[in-house]
Parts: sequence; structure tokens; C-alpha cells
Amino acid sequence: MTKEPEIRDEYVADYEAFSRNGGSGVPQWFEDLRRAAISQFSATGFPTTRDERWRFTNVARLKDTKFALANGERPTLSLGEVKQHVLGAGADQCLVFLNGRYSKELSSIGGIPQGVLAGSLRDVANSGSKRVERHLAKYAKTSDSPFTALSTAFMSDGAFVYVPQNTIIGEPIQLLFLTASAGRPVVAHPRNLIVVDRNAAASVVESHIGLVDGTYWTNAVTEAVVQENARLHLYRVQREGGEASHTATTQSHQRRDSSFALTTIELGSALSRHDINAVLAGQGAECSLYGLTQIQGRQHVDHHTTIEHARPHCNSWEFFNGIYDDDSRGVFTGRIVVHPGAQQTDSKQTNNNLLLSKGARADSQPQLEIYADDVKCTHGATLGPIDEKALFYLQTRGIEAEAARNLLTYGFGVEILNRIEIAELRDQLDQLVHVRLDEGAERRRAGK
Amino acid sequence: MTSSVEHHVSQPYKYGWTTEVESDRVPAGLNEDIIRLISQKKEEPEWLLEWRLKAFRNWLKLTEPSWANVEYEPVDYQAISYYAAPKKEKKLESLDEVDPKVLETFNKLGIPLEEQKRLAGVAVDAVFDSVSVATTFKEKLAEHGVIFLPFSEAVKQHPDLVREYLGSVVPATDNFFAALNSAVFTDGSFVYVPKGVRCPMELSTYFRINAAATGQFERTLIVADEGAYVSYLEGCSAPMRDENQLHAAVVELVAMKDAEIKYSTVQNWYPGDENGKGGIYNFVTKRGDCRGNNAKISWTQVETGSAITWKYPSCLLTGDNTVGEFYSVAVTNNHQQADTGTKMIHIGKNTRSTIVSKGISAGKSQNTYRGQVKIMKRAEGARNFSQCDSMLIGDKCGAHTFPYIDVRNSSAIMEHEATTSKIGEDQIFYCQQRGLSAEDAVSMIVNGFCKEVFRELPMEFAVEAQNLLGISLEGSVG
Repeated sequence: MTKEPEIRDEYVADYEAFSRNGGSGVPQWFEDLRRAAISQFSATGFPTTRDERWRFTNVARLKDTKFALANGERPTLSLGEVKQHVLGAGADQCLVFLNGRYSKELSSIGGIPQGVLAGSLRDVANSGSKRVERHLAKYAKTSDSPFTALSTAFMSDGAFVYVPQNTIIGEPIQLLFLTASAGRPVVAHPRNLIVVDRNAAASVVESHIGLVDGTYWTNAVTEAVVQENARLHLYRVQREGGEASHTATTQSHQRRDSSFALTTIELGSALSRHDINAVLAGQGAECSLYGLTQIQGRQHVDHHTTIEHARPHCNSWEFFNGIYDDDSRGVFTGRIVVHPGAQQTDSKQTNNNLLLSKGARADSQPQLEIYADDVKCTHGATLGPIDEKALFYLQTRGIEAEAARNLLTYGFGVEILNRIEIAELRDQLDQLVHVRLDEGAERRRAGK
Repeated sequence: MTSSVEHHVSQPYKYGWTTEVESDRVPAGLNEDIIRLISQKKEEPEWLLEWRLKAFRNWLKLTEPSWANVEYEPVDYQAISYYAAPKKEKKLESLDEVDPKVLETFNKLGIPLEEQKRLAGVAVDAVFDSVSVATTFKEKLAEHGVIFLPFSEAVKQHPDLVREYLGSVVPATDNFFAALNSAVFTDGSFVYVPKGVRCPMELSTYFRINAAATGQFERTLIVADEGAYVSYLEGCSAPMRDENQLHAAVVELVAMKDAEIKYSTVQNWYPGDENGKGGIYNFVTKRGDCRGNNAKISWTQVETGSAITWKYPSCLLTGDNTVGEFYSVAVTNNHQQADTGTKMIHIGKNTRSTIVSKGISAGKSQNTYRGQVKIMKRAEGARNFSQCDSMLIGDKCGAHTFPYIDVRNSSAIMEHEATTSKIGEDQIFYCQQRGLSAEDAVSMIVNGFCKEVFRELPMEFAVEAQNLLGISLEGSVG
């Protein structure tokens, strides 16, 4: 039985305490955003599976446990422990967040080019930056998801990245969110804002890594604003702990002739829900979304994507592949909305799912909503086991069944991994995918 | 280009006249007394009345669904008269005794009720408002053991059969509109094809709404016993009126082992005028159950009428190796709204389903495909292929696709594809360059677009469907 109404009230009470203590000292406009968001959350509460957008994902794990705010927790972590998660390329432009809070000691920001701003959202907001005020919480709507509302209500820290006009950053900026021991269930609400100004280009890697096995919850929201003729490639790696829950919204807003790409890799957590909302708000903008999910055990990953073509002559591509082993479950909802007047839209969406075991389950809902006539929109979805004929072929060539199965599965995953332009990150993820495949094969061999 | 398309789209509805017959109707409103009255007028047995009342009590507890992608004025269920029939002096013994005006109506609609004038062997059941007025070829069908009767006759002559299958596919509690239908349904057709019989001719029912301020609530039940085959066609039309009339039907199909049912519909209810005034609300529950192994059910529909359509002909693939098919063309124009599609529920092993849906939207209409493919845990080796294509004509209409794919068995293979596009200017240019007029070019392209579905229709229907499509899209290119 869920104790939802009480839990909801507890979060509202938490908010009151938070706004008096931990969250205090912020500008008035910041406080106003938070207050509006908590009243939104208090009105809706947690979603239920009766809610169309949440039909296939039960968030009972989050409703039945009370998570304390992680802000108060200050675990210690050595630089050495952090280092293994930092990419060599751009190692000196890495912001590290521990349990949702910016850690100056663990971060390394010496390499950030002049003019580029990359730092703690809280510090920048407190310094009176107009840029944060102009963009923060202007894109991710609290009415879209109760978790965005909760994130906005408890907004306190995260990354703020600003790339000024005509600036091109070669190496990726890294945002590393680590969760370390907490002794009790805690929740962090990391909140990121990335603004790439006109004619600028940058790539950002946002990683969520769990260093503990215990129950905790990360509720992240990232807003990305890509101005005219700018380019942003955002990578997102979710490697939370096995008992963790991860809810996230990635919201992008694009101006004329801009280009935005998101590559999201989901490997961790027991329950993960990622809402991706991309708005093409200027003519000639391009948006690409790539996603790879590889899960096992009883893991559950839900991607809910919406691409809004609000202006004519925009293109979007979307490719999501899922590999589901054991009793894991994957959900994909891909909405493409073409607004009235958004002529000459070209949009393609593909969702392929591979079910490796009897217990695995997948649900796919590609959706097209089209209000303009001169458009080209397609979507395709497939679900199924490994092709027995391909498997047989490899076996006739002397490759053992499990090895052959892994080869085919890997080929399925590498389609997405190949989209990663940072070689080191690609190799690292490639390695992780391989480890999982080998573990799966071992289990199967042992089971036979 | 758009203006010409719009001109073509604003073709008047051909079947919009009314027939002056005196009708016998019950007062507007819905309560247990009305249901008792309907049941009494139809001389129904006690169990059926009880069944209706149970459905009604259940309906009171249900709320009208709001998830469909359609908008309409709320229906006042108390303002509708739930039973209207052409007045008659005595029980009809033969076709000669049917009110000539009613006969004339069907002749005008091109529905042959006099057997000598029949089209190549199609048996017709004609339903006028709430009652069936004539059923042809009863004797010939009886020779083969095929029962083809108006529903109310079937209740009297074959109560056991009706009782066994009624509500076994669409329970009275299924959804808001099915419950309403179960409470107040008036007439429809009942078909039973016995073991091993291949029905010698196409069966057909034509539904006509005539009286104002009524609704039509028909109920069709088709049972194909082991190894039987039947092909059934359904057509409909209604007069032009400013009010919205409700049509809430339930169709149940049962296919036993090795049986096959082919169900085709050309739906041409009055769609309302160019400003969206009037028209039929078409809220229909259609479902087939492939109950025995190797059974097959195939739905083919051409949807051109109705102001609002809310319809999902579905297949329960219960038996092993069963096959479900759904072929649909939905055309919307002016202010029409259609939310239609199918559900394929794979329960048995090695079950297969195919979905081909073509949506064409013009004017200010909204056309939605909504479908579900569900593969249950024990449905080993299930296979599905779905294809949903939409075509937009004009920039004020909308085309939407909402497929739900739910797979619970990892041996299932399923594929879904959807595209949305407009008729390419280059395609039209090419045809014009070859000497075709722009209009002919469009008609050719649209027919090509729908061909996969039309070829599934029985011959007479395919011709009718192509003509209908021509009417609703004429002048769409300039």
C-alpha cells in the first residue's frame, strides 16, 4: 500500500524547512520559482500508472520511501577515487558534484577557456548573473512532470555552463555527479543549465555515477539552450548504483540554424525514467537523439521523448536501441509533434529492442502528431529476440553459441556507441557493454 | 492548389434525405422503465431483459472515456429516444407487406431487397432505425444450415445460441459505450454458420438512421463454428441534420477451430456540414475472438463518414496458430474527427497479426490512428507487422499516430512502421506531364495509396469504396 499523500505532505514540509535553512540566501526570483514549483507538486503528487504518460512505469519505489535531502550529507572522497571517472580529454574542465552539491576540492577547472563560464549554479545565481535568471526553469515545465516540479522546488545546486558567441571549445566539459555513502535514503536534485551562444560550439558530458549500493534517488534536470547557429553535443551516462532510482528531464531549446545532439546511455539503477523534450524553435534547426539502454536483473528503464517542430525547415533524427536481459523491462515513448505551419519538416524515428531472455519485456509507443501537410515523418519500431538464422550462420562458422549471441548483441549496441565522437568515452562505454555481455553469457553457460 | 482541393472536398453528402414514414418511438430518456419498454416491444425473454438491466446499472457507474484524440459537445443521454421503428399494422410476413416508402428508401440507397433484383448473390438484412425491415435469401441460406436473421428474430428462434455467445466477446461491462449498447440495443444481425459450412454467399447488413432525435444502437453477433467460413459486409447512411445523432454499436465475432470470418465495413454516416454542424457520433465497439486453434478473423474498413469516429475493431488471438488482420482506410474532411485503429491481443502460441492502416486527412479534420499490439506471456512465437501511413491534403488538418506495443514474451517478433506525407508536387507534375489532369493524378495517387486495403474488400464494396473516396477528395488539387 502506498502512503503517497503523507509522503507528499512530507516533501512539502521538507520544502518549508529547506527554504528557511539550506536553500536560503538565494535571490528573490529564484525563491519565487521554487515556491511556484512546490505548489505545483503539492497539487499533483507523484504520478500513477493510470496517468497516460506513466502507464508503463510504476514509481512506487519513490512513493513508499521517504528520501531525505542529500544536501546535508558531506561524505569525504579522495581525488584518486574521483579520477577514474574523469576522461583524459578535458580533464582540467571537469566539475564534480558530490551528493548533488558542487565540490570545489574535487573539481578541476583550470582548463576552461577564457570567457567560458562553467561552475556551480548556486554560486553563479547568488552572484546576481542575469544570464541564469533569463534562462533558468524557463524551458523545463513543472507541469510536464511532477519530478521536474520537485527538482525546481528543491533547486539549489548543479552546473551552469555558458559558452559565449563565436567560441569553439575543442575538449568536452565534464559534469560528474557522484553519490557516495549516505547511511539512509537520500535524494539529490542536481539542476543544470547549459547556454551555448551564437556561432559557438561545445560538447558536454554529464555522468551520473553511484559509488554505493544502497537505496538513493537522483532527480536531475538539465536545460540546454542552443542559440542561433550554435552547436551542442550533450552526452549523458547513467551508471547509478543497483538499488538507486534515477529520474531525469533533459530539455533543449533551439534557435535558428542551431544543431543539438544528445547521446544517452543507460546502464545503471533499479528504476530509471528519462524525459527528453526537444523544442526546435527556430527555422533550419537540427536535432539528433541517440539512446542505448543495456540492462539486466530486474532493472527498469523508461525513455519518454518529445520532439516539437515549432518552426518550418527543421530536421530531427531519433535512434533508440534497447538490450534487455533477465527480467529487465524497457519502455520507450517517442512523440513527434509538428506544429501548424512547421512545413518542410523532416523527421525520422527508430526504436529497436532486443529481448535476450524469456523474462525480459519491452513496450514501445512511437507517436506522431502532425498539424502541417508538407512534411516527411516516419517512425519505426521493432521488438524481438536475436535472429536465429544469424545465430545459426555464425555457429556453422565455428563460433560458439553464446559468443555468437554476444557478437550479434554487441553489433546492435555499437550502432549507438558509434555516434559518440569522444574516443575515450566511446571506448569506456564499449568496455562496459562488453563486460555485461560476457557476464550474461557466463550466466547462460552455467545455467545450461 | 488548396482551394481546389477544398472545393472538391465540399461535395454534398448524397444520402442526406429523409423518408416520411410515421414512426413508433419511445419517449426520450434512459431509465429502467424505458429498457423494460424496449424489451417488451421486442417481445424478449426474461433473461435478456435481466441482462440489459444489469448492463444499464453498470453503465451508470461508468464514466465516458476522454482519452481519444477527439473533441465534441457532450452527449445528453436523456435527450435521446432509444427506440424508433416505422409504424406497422401487423406482423410482417413477406417483403410485400413492408411499407413501400421504406422499401423505396433502400432502393434509393442502392440496396437490393427484392431478390430478383439482387446483385450477384448478396443476402441483405436491412435495418431501418431500430428494427430490421427485411432479410433476403433466408431460405436459401437455411438450406446450408446458415442462420442469418435480425437479432430480435434470432432471440426468438434460437435463444440458446444467442444466449451462449451474446456478450462473450464484448462483455456488457466492457466500456461506457458497450454498456450503453448492451442496455438499449435494438436490432442488428445474427449469423451462425454451422460446422464445416462455407457460407454460399456474402452476407450484408445495411443500417439506416431515419428518425430525428434518436440514436442507433445495433448489435451484431457472428459465430463461425468449426471449419466454417463467412464473409460479412456492413454499410450505413443517415439523413443530414443539424443535431448530432449517436450511433453506439457492438459487433461480436466468434471464430471456432479452423473457422474464418471476414468482416468488411463501408462507413458512410452523415459527417456534418462544412462548418462541422451536425453529423453522427460513431462510437463503436467491435471485437472478434479467434477462440479455436487455426481460426482467422479479418477486419476491413473504409471510414468516410461520421462527425466523430471512435472505433477499434480488435482481435483476441486466443487459440494457437490463429491469425488476425486489420485493413483500414479512414478519410476525414471538413471538421470530421476520427480516432480509429485496432487492438491485436496475442494470447495463443504462434499467433500472427497484420495491421495496415491508411489515413487521409483534408480540410480542417483530425485523423488519428490508435492501435495496440499486446503479446502475452505465453504467446510463444507471436508475429506482428504493422504499417500506418497518413496523407495530408491542406495545411489545416492533422494526422496522428499512436501505436502501443507491449511485448511480454521475448520470442515474439514485431515490427511497426509509420509514415506521414503529402502528395508530392513532383508526382503530380509527372502525371500532368503525361497528359493526366491534376485531379485524375490525385485520384490515382490516392487510390494507389489505399490499394493494399481496397484489394481486401469484396468486389462490389471495392468499387463503392473507390467511388466514395473519389467524392470526398474531388477538387483537392488545383
